[in-house]
Amino acid sequence: MKRSLPLIFAFVVGVIVLLSEFIPHRPFNQIVSTLEQWFMIISGFAILLGQISLIRMNTHKIYHRLPDWQYHLAGLLSFAMMLIFGLLWGMQETPGLLGSGAGIAAQLGSKPFDYLFTNAYMPLSATLFSLLAFFIASAAYRAFIIRGFESNLLMITAVIVIIGRTSIGTMLTGWLPESLEFWHIPNLADFIMEYPNSAAQRAILISAGLGIVGSSLRIILGIERSYLGGDK
Amino acid sequence: MKLSALAERRIIYSVLFVAVALPLIFPIGWTTEVSEYTRMAYQLIESTPEDKVVIISFDYDPSTMTELQPMSEAMIEHAFKKNHKVIATALWPMGVQMAEQAFSKVLLDYPEKTRGEDFVNLGYKVGGMVTIQAMGRSLPEVFPKDTQNTPFEEIPMLKNVRRLKDVAYISSLSSGVPGIKEWMMVARDNYQVPVTGGCTAVSAPGFFPYVNEQRQLYGLLGGLKGASEYESLIGRLGSATTKMDAQSIAHLLILIFIATGNIKAYKAKRRKKS
Repeated sequence: MKRSLPLIFAFVVGVIVLLSEFIPHRPFNQIVSTLEQWFMIISGFAILLGQISLIRMNTHKIYHRLPDWQYHLAGLLSFAMMLIFGLLWGMQETPGLLGSGAGIAAQLGSKPFDYLFTNAYMPLSATLFSLLAFFIASAAYRAFIIRGFESNLLMITAVIVIIGRTSIGTMLTGWLPESLEFWHIPNLADFIMEYPNSAAQRAILISAGLGIVGSSLRIILGIERSYLGGDK
Repeated sequence: MKLSALAERRIIYSVLFVAVALPLIFPIGWTTEVSEYTRMAYQLIESTPEDKVVIISFDYDPSTMTELQPMSEAMIEHAFKKNHKVIATALWPMGVQMAEQAFSKVLLDYPEKTRGEDFVNLGYKVGGMVTIQAMGRSLPEVFPKDTQNTPFEEIPMLKNVRRLKDVAYISSLSSGVPGIKEWMMVARDNYQVPVTGGCTAVSAPGFFPYVNEQRQLYGLLGGLKGASEYESLIGRLGSATTKMDAQSIAHLLILIFIATGNIKAYKAKRRKKS
């Protein structure tokens, strides 16, 4: 029963949603509208589940003093701090349990939650993403080596696209006459993106699309059951 | 002189840091050529009549704000210039704050624009593609209130807006899933609402196939370059234009690193042979 019920639900819901695409009239459109609302509510609970999981995992690591437990403590404290500030004084125009905290907001320039978001979370988050540039530079130096025909082709394409996507590309071949404008580096880069790249991307997208149709049918028909947990 | 891998990495990091920092401190002012993808997005907004209600969706978080925030500011400014009424939505939780920051920056140049009359932030809604589908049926059901807690029905600019079909175009600034692809699959394919937008440079190649004759996507701003191109089209000297200098230098430096790496590998190969 524990396994049959979810399978029946998946089948019924899957068939209704599928039918509603072909018969967008009553009662299918009404049922689908209700199902959409259910989905949004369940997704909301998924966020809550994620937070509970975050607290459990981090508490476990801190309690057992696992390697780098200090980082987990910092993460948990940051989470708690944002949660408490948000609950007490709210964020932006939304008041919290203690109102809008006009006194604190006057001192900080904004509510504590917004202040931390702007001055701590945003720069930290952007910094972490920006670190990628350093890794890419280092990886390009070590791994982008010409070894054969394919890697040579890849290298030439990459160089054209890299230069074409900067102001330098415009400067390098900007002097070319109109009859040779195809060889202008930004135009070459656009050509690579529009034709070889798009062709390859389309092939990938079509394959992925077919894959999604296949796996969706497998789930609806109960052949694929891994989402129930533990089943192969 | 043979350097260790760690020493090499440190040199690369230091040189890159200096190369990126210098143009940010002392801007060079290089110009970029406007691509067809950016021009198409610009044309969509430019050709939309005045007083139309539009959606700009903030589907990103602060990690990608360097690339996407200049785009959102430029697109809001363009919409304000054309007197469009802007609805901000977010499929990512942090998108709400990103929208507020973009509005507050653009409002410095457009103080006459008022919340509720010219723009509104409807906030974040969980659910991605399903949320967009639900918006296609009824916007007030998905967003009963805006971020100021004003009921949907009481927001003047939303008087005639009931569903997605009532908006002139949708622009999604997206750094992943859910984002521009979901908007396109539902809003464009199901409800025929024109969709445009911008994404990070790294994900742009995956979206280019959608800019096709069927106009699944009306143009695309790819990364910082797309943002700086858009800024130049609307005559705005924004942060993307300044940051493009740094990005150009960084790209050039990466090419130099690749060349150096290849020379080193070639020498090592010859040494091995001899």
